[in-house]
Amino acid sequence: MKNLRAMSKRRRREMQHKEVLRVCSKLLIPLIMLFALYVQFHGDFGPGGGFQAGVIFASAFILYALIFGVDVGMKVLSPGARRFFLAAGLLLYAGVGIAGMLFGGRYLNYSVLLQDPVAGQHLGILLIELGVGVTVAAAMITIFYVFANQDESE
Amino acid sequence: MDQFAGLYNYWIFIVLMMIGFYIVMAQHNLIKKVVGLNIFQVSVFVFYISMSKVEDGSAPIIAEGITVYSNPLPHVLILTAIVVGVATTALALALVVRIRDSYGSIEEDEIEAEERRREKHF
Amino acid sequence: MIFYALLTFMVVSALALLWLRNLFAVVMLSGSFSLNAAVLYVVMDAVDVAFTEAAVGAGIATVLMLGTLALTTSHEKSDPGVSWPHFVVVVVVGSALIYGTLDMPRYGDPMAPIHQHVGPDYIERGPTQTGMPNVVTSILASYRGYDTLGEVTVVFTAAAGVLALIGRRRKKKNKINKRTRSGERS
Repeated sequence: MKNLRAMSKRRRREMQHKEVLRVCSKLLIPLIMLFALYVQFHGDFGPGGGFQAGVIFASAFILYALIFGVDVGMKVLSPGARRFFLAAGLLLYAGVGIAGMLFGGRYLNYSVLLQDPVAGQHLGILLIELGVGVTVAAAMITIFYVFANQDESE
Repeated sequence: MDQFAGLYNYWIFIVLMMIGFYIVMAQHNLIKKVVGLNIFQVSVFVFYISMSKVEDGSAPIIAEGITVYSNPLPHVLILTAIVVGVATTALALALVVRIRDSYGSIEEDEIEAEERRREKHF
Repeated sequence: MIFYALLTFMVVSALALLWLRNLFAVVMLSGSFSLNAAVLYVVMDAVDVAFTEAAVGAGIATVLMLGTLALTTSHEKSDPGVSWPHFVVVVVVGSALIYGTLDMPRYGDPMAPIHQHVGPDYIERGPTQTGMPNVVTSILASYRGYDTLGEVTVVFTAAAGVLALIGRRRKKKNKINKRTRSGERS
């Protein structure tokens, strides 16, 4: 308590700004992720889809790393998990194409995935957008962490 | 002169494109070149999307009571192009960081002078 | 009208980017340029594209450029001035492009050739065949699914490329940096 009073008024104001940033980001980050999921799954009925959702989801992680520090951010999503999700989205996309071939149609033909062609199209598009969203999010997070980690070895 | 009134916006996009092109060619700083490339890309995209607009149309999302829609095909192409553009920008910036590590500066003339100095020593 | 106001903003921002030397201001202005383009897309009825441009251009690209600025310098070194050969090239190419646009249909023409063949076909067939009202998503994921597969591969390759280029810790700076740093740099 004595230290806080001994500090100059300006330094106290700067520390208060950090409190404001931390509290606001703690409120905002879950909402950002929820909005990203909304955009992902409502891409069929309004503007949206995989790319936009992936980028918005990555921005939640980037905000967390900017405010709380890059090392804490690395613990939230380890490098192994980032690499896994980077590849998993693309494999999901290619896998849906192969599943189309296994069910009797051509590559990336979704109509044969279910009994009803329209429902098959809907399922195929949903899975594909999920794959796109996962890969784009993991790619943006990976690129940001690579740029942010550079200063540590100076 | 009357027919030029509908073409005026294409000319503005071409002016933007040429500003971006000039920045890429004539500026020495590497980060400014990347920004100039970004301007060039954005102006090309806006040019394409402006070709897809239909008078009194609406966004290509099917809804009750709307009969005229804008053409959705250029939107799809430009969506892909935007994401590819950001991937290119990320790689270009990574290259800028590596060049800074190797040569010590990100100005084009200093890099060329350093390159010539190293070649003379071999 | 708002369309021409936005166009004026964009041209003024681009000219300011040409003349500014403080790189931090340049990066911020490029983010605002992308946001301007996103609003322009909404005015031209391209809502999906506007969403992507705002998220990607005004968000991720600005963050990456700020990260690069933190790792390099923040000021452009010297003013190169107007470079006349480049200016002549730019004027020649611009005039050739403007001459090429004289044949194009005017802005918003519903009878333009682009609106006659595939576009209206997708708008009619899309909702009934795929069951979703958003025609852009149905084209992106179903009718032109191969292009989207290639695009996701490009994003994956970019992340892998950045990891390969600067993924490992930076090596020690060599002597040239120390000399340049104590020499002319401000």
